[in-house]
Amino acid sequence: MKFSQTPLDQKNRRNEKLFRMLFMMMAVLLVLPVLAVLSVLIYKGGPALSWDFFITNPTQGMTAGGIWPALVGTMWLVAVALSVSVPLGVSAAIYLSEYAKDNWLTRVINLAIINLAGVPSIVHALFGLGAFVLFFGLGKSILAASLTLAVMTLPEIIVTSREAMQAVPRPFREASWSLGATRWQTIRHIVLPNSGSGILTGIILGVSRTVGETAPIMFTGAAFFLPYMPETVWDQTMAMSLHLFVVATQVPDAPEALPFGVALSLIAMVLTLNTLSIIFRTRLRRKKKW
Amino acid sequence: MVSTAKLEFRDLSIRYGSETALEGVNLSIKPNEIFGIIGPANSGKTSFLRSINRMDEMTTGMKVGGSVLLDGTDVRAWRNVFALRSRIGVVFPLPVGLPMTIRQNVTMAPRMKGIKNKAVLEELVERCLRRAALWDEVKDRLDSLGSMLSGGQQQRLTIARALSQEPDILLLDEFSIAVDPVTTMRIEDVLKELKEEMTIVLVTNLVQQARRLADRTAFFLNGKCIEIGETEDLFTSDSRDPLTRDYVEGRFG
Amino acid sequence: MVKKQKIESGALAQSVNRAWVFDRVAKGIVFIGGISAIVFIISIFIFIFDQGMGFIAEDLKPGEFFGSEIWRPTSESNPTYGILALIAGTASITGLAMLVSVPFSLGAAVFISEFATGRVKEGLKVLIELLAAIPSVVWGFIGLSIMNPLIVQLFDVPIGLNMLNAGIILGLMAAPIMTTIAEDALKAVPDGYREAAEAMGATRWQVIRRVVLPSARNGLGAAILLGVGRAFGETMAVLMASGHAINLPTSPFDSVRALTATIAAELGETARGSTHYEALFTIGIFLLLITLCINLLADLVIRGGWKRRKL
Repeated sequence: MKFSQTPLDQKNRRNEKLFRMLFMMMAVLLVLPVLAVLSVLIYKGGPALSWDFFITNPTQGMTAGGIWPALVGTMWLVAVALSVSVPLGVSAAIYLSEYAKDNWLTRVINLAIINLAGVPSIVHALFGLGAFVLFFGLGKSILAASLTLAVMTLPEIIVTSREAMQAVPRPFREASWSLGATRWQTIRHIVLPNSGSGILTGIILGVSRTVGETAPIMFTGAAFFLPYMPETVWDQTMAMSLHLFVVATQVPDAPEALPFGVALSLIAMVLTLNTLSIIFRTRLRRKKKW
Repeated sequence: MVSTAKLEFRDLSIRYGSETALEGVNLSIKPNEIFGIIGPANSGKTSFLRSINRMDEMTTGMKVGGSVLLDGTDVRAWRNVFALRSRIGVVFPLPVGLPMTIRQNVTMAPRMKGIKNKAVLEELVERCLRRAALWDEVKDRLDSLGSMLSGGQQQRLTIARALSQEPDILLLDEFSIAVDPVTTMRIEDVLKELKEEMTIVLVTNLVQQARRLADRTAFFLNGKCIEIGETEDLFTSDSRDPLTRDYVEGRFG
Repeated sequence: MVKKQKIESGALAQSVNRAWVFDRVAKGIVFIGGISAIVFIISIFIFIFDQGMGFIAEDLKPGEFFGSEIWRPTSESNPTYGILALIAGTASITGLAMLVSVPFSLGAAVFISEFATGRVKEGLKVLIELLAAIPSVVWGFIGLSIMNPLIVQLFDVPIGLNMLNAGIILGLMAAPIMTTIAEDALKAVPDGYREAAEAMGATRWQVIRRVVLPSARNGLGAAILLGVGRAFGETMAVLMASGHAINLPTSPFDSVRALTATIAAELGETARGSTHYEALFTIGIFLLLITLCINLLADLVIRGGWKRRKL
């Protein structure tokens, strides 16, 4: 016996296809801009890129020359910010995943993380100015700007690290505890070795975010233009993100390719970092140890 | 009396939040005996074991009342709970090979205690794996992952790991659940030998396993200890509790 | 058994002790990290209130602040601090962004969670992750240099830096977080629900509409709220793409100015402690409070809210 199709079946099947198409269109339209943006930036900014572009100073009132000081400045900011946010974020994650009990303090911490993640970047900028630049007297400096960035990326690092640690199955911990290992020994020998790559993925994403942020560093340590390179954390610095803002809005007679070149370099840095973290994650999924 | 018991439980009760898992348990376990605990699922057997090495402190919501005495001292009097745990070996229902090499699995406990001497550790690895009847199968691949062994091998690895602690007490929680019958028999032989050196508490869901191994056996049901006695008596005596008889003869559970 | 004696006495027992002390110390150290988030969120409040307090205590006229569309902080004779136009700017851009973004984000989430499989699914997720990674300032630059001439050409308007431009860009920026959270919510619907409905002969779409979407509605609501929060607090992109003109907008082609952008544009030119400087911090307080409300609300909704707590 064959099942015959009723008109209702046919209608349902048509509907099914229709909705599938509709949702697919929506998804495609959402991701299309990424590709479009990339193509335009490569098309228009590509010609500006050259080895010299990366390693020379901006010249002639920033209408010519390269991005070397901004590149170096961004690296300063990232390095100093990470040296604060990683220890703090990872230890917070260890506390939350391994030590914290399910009590009011843990709930308050989680609430604080959620809210810290939601604070607008410009409010972080105000905080950085009020706290680090003025109150702690760091002045406009790499240190103040990096601390601001560190506070900002902290929630992301905490959340991804905690997730990575919680993915380590509980029986491993219980086995280790019953061997007489302390909580810390268990963390050190069982939890961290098996969540390290996950934590690293989170840190890379944090770096990517740090590279792109502009508002929080505008008033805390990044300068529009500096004729010298930063030498200590007390100096101000140029930065890629702010440099893009400046050449795009404050230098009207810059040749068109210049801001596109800066934008392309910036986005290349960010997307490289993100791609790296994605590769890490897929490799991680493939070589499971249990 | 007190001094002859290795482990003694006085009015032990265990709760998870508002649920009672175990209530009013009084029993003592002699040195160098295999003490069997039988009973259906959810009768409080596993919770009983967890109270001995104070695993309740690592478990949200688990509360232990009454007292557990080890060599006459309340286990809660140990300030350093980790030192307490290092004297007690544990084997879990599902084999837990830690995600590190076989060698590292076995040397973890001694390394935690600060033993670094390579020769000592090597000797220990061989001795423990031999005693757990695993040496011949893994001696050529001590540096491969312990968590990638087969279930039965992982369970023997777990036993080797517990032996590396050189424990006074070995707790086994339904160790044969994920293990094939042949391996089960091999492990049972190992346990009979180990009895000479340590006190063994064997929780099992297989009543015949208790009969084969245990000197004395307790029957747990719904969070209560129904009966304790010489194992043979529990299986044959006429004076035993009717619930025990029904259970060991397979009428429920 | 000689070995055993050794372990129980002397040096080794002490070493266990050292481990115990070390564990205590480690706990103390990671605890500091653990409470750092609380410390920072409280510090943010304290420092921003501290800098903005002067304005609130002395110069704030609530009627003017919230009711006037005139923001003229630098006027010599009659400085006016009305943020109505700025609120209108932020609200109109955020609203437009949501209008553009919510259907697409939720639609994409449905496609990824319910229809797509294998490579297509992975690929879409990666692209959405990359979309989220594009920095604010690059979006602003795109608004300025690509969208701007495009809008001028397409709609024949004098300037392309306006509400429409900023709205579309903000929509794209808020989309990834909405898609991700919404997809998580859909994924959390147990497969048993779907299978039960399909076993009764429902088509995929019927299953989605009658089973999946209703059971995921809290998560979807939270996704939209977080998207609003993201768009609301965005700074650089809005600063560069909205035209930055103080204006009560009447059409999507009007230039507008957002609260966040105002702070970013003016803070650098104000003297510390001046009324203008403190007024900008007061806007910051306002922003902080609103985003806090949005986040708390989203958290409440995502955890099932007050109604479904006990199930």
